[in-house]
Amino acid sequence: MREKQKITVSNVVIHIIFILLMLVCILPLLLVLGISFTDETSLLRDGYHLIPKVFSTGAYQYVFTGATSVLRAYAVTIFVTVVGTLCHILFMGMLAYCLTREEVTARNKISLFVYLPVLFNGGLVPTYILMTRFLHLKDTVWVLILVSIASATNVLIMKNFFKSIPQALIESARIDGCSEYRTFFSIVLPLSKPSLASIGLFVAIAYWNDWMTCSLYIETPKLQTLQYLLQSLMNNIGYLQANAGASQSMETAILNLPSEGARMATCILAVGPIIFLYPFLQKYFEKGLTIGAVKE
Amino acid sequence: MSRFKKNQGQMVKRKVPFKRQFPFYVMMMPGLFFITLLFYLPMPGILIAFKNFNPIDGIFGSEWMDPLFKNFEFFFKSDTAKTITFNTLLYNVLEAVLVTVIAIALSIMLNELKGKVSTTVYKGAILLPTFLSWIVIQYILFSLLSIDKGIFNNLIGREVQWYSEPFYWRIIMPLAYVWKNVGYYSVLYVAAIAGINTDYYEAAQLDGATKWQQIRHITLPLIKPTVIVLSLLWVGKLFSGGLGDWNAFYTLPNNAGALYGATDVIDTYVYRSLRTLGDYGMTAAVGLYQSLVGLILVFGSNHVIKKIDPDSALF
Repeated sequence: MREKQKITVSNVVIHIIFILLMLVCILPLLLVLGISFTDETSLLRDGYHLIPKVFSTGAYQYVFTGATSVLRAYAVTIFVTVVGTLCHILFMGMLAYCLTREEVTARNKISLFVYLPVLFNGGLVPTYILMTRFLHLKDTVWVLILVSIASATNVLIMKNFFKSIPQALIESARIDGCSEYRTFFSIVLPLSKPSLASIGLFVAIAYWNDWMTCSLYIETPKLQTLQYLLQSLMNNIGYLQANAGASQSMETAILNLPSEGARMATCILAVGPIIFLYPFLQKYFEKGLTIGAVKE
Repeated sequence: MSRFKKNQGQMVKRKVPFKRQFPFYVMMMPGLFFITLLFYLPMPGILIAFKNFNPIDGIFGSEWMDPLFKNFEFFFKSDTAKTITFNTLLYNVLEAVLVTVIAIALSIMLNELKGKVSTTVYKGAILLPTFLSWIVIQYILFSLLSIDKGIFNNLIGREVQWYSEPFYWRIIMPLAYVWKNVGYYSVLYVAAIAGINTDYYEAAQLDGATKWQQIRHITLPLIKPTVIVLSLLWVGKLFSGGLGDWNAFYTLPNNAGALYGATDVIDTYVYRSLRTLGDYGMTAAVGLYQSLVGLILVFGSNHVIKKIDPDSALF
């Protein structure tokens, strides 16, 4: 095992397999990138290509100047992701921490209360009625944050790593007269920063990629998220493709759609932050995997 | 000394005064509030499945269905019930098996490569699709399959109508799913394999075991618990009413009506009925059916696993 890596046939085969896999995973996204940088007339004439036949940044100019809806969607999505992730981590973290403390005599009962909904929940329709009819949250930015603010699974994962914090540390803080709140915020939280970061990552990605909430609860264009904007753009095209040739109004419908390139540019903009943060993402992602899911 | 210990034992058992517990309840309050709000408050809404719901009278004021199961009857008498239940089961089983098998194979191969740079790069590449939303994947798929401009049609030089032929989607859906998720599970299994004590392999090598024998008799048996836990979680996701990863089935086929037969699952049906039909009673009934089947499946498979291998069961 420890001897110097030899070049063997099996190793070469494995490398070839993974290089092919890399291409399969990355090329499709590069294709979208290529399309977004292609001149509009070239797209209509030559179709989609990985390397633009006629290079142009027109699509991005169009997105940034003409269609303010993209920029606004960006702002909404960033707001929802940041606020949602911070609240999720804070609230679920405090809950998980308290459930690990022995002073809380009812902690087993409370844990059961937290985990039960994993097995059985009301489902989409009752939640929809609650949000729209009782809480009157339709068409507010808060509903986008609220629906993903709690997760029993994350409480379970966080409980596992709060347990690994040495009790002596918490005890000594108390003897020194530190309040329970301060113990949590200035000792427990800083100690679990890496683990919280990896959970936060999962939560942030979920918020960023969520479109269903927006499509159910949001009607004003002002509050559309990036993913929903993308989805509604694509739905229009999808309808045209499925009914190709059958519809007379196709020509006029196409005129009302943003250009092909602009759509792909919007798509790239939605992926942008993820690619930008990728090395960081990968590091914490792998860390997060080993915290929660791997059973020893 | 022994007396001191005894006293200590009693101290732990003694009731902790509420004043001492109070700060913890303050800290738990927001979390518990949102869990109640999101998961418990909607529960009475399940009654809608048995009611002739109208918005004016509300959940409790609306009249009961006569007969009580009329909302269910309407759904189960249609062909849709069979189609979407079949599709849900088929795709989930197919995807679970494909992803698990491929991910284990990849993770074993990744583990064979000792170069740190190359493994990090490979892992990074196969993880990329995991972070993309299904909407972005929808765009990618559209660039490949678009009738007039798509790469595939360009390559074969014919105009294949990908978006109107259901048969293709029986293959495209699992492929897309594997593409997005196999990286995640590979990295997960790499972590599980890394946790195996290297002594086992060294001992096996001393005894002259081949690579294949080591994989077959050490790696696979030792990651079995992880595989079982993940499969159980998968079964749970299968019918979990909106929590599962069903977005793919709604977004990838561009919501094309011609493809419903091959791509519709219970979740997409519930979602679409709610958005377009607005029939709360029937939609809630389908949702309840899904939750119940999910519950039975989780307990059922856990029961089976308990019989085969008691240590691996989830609860």
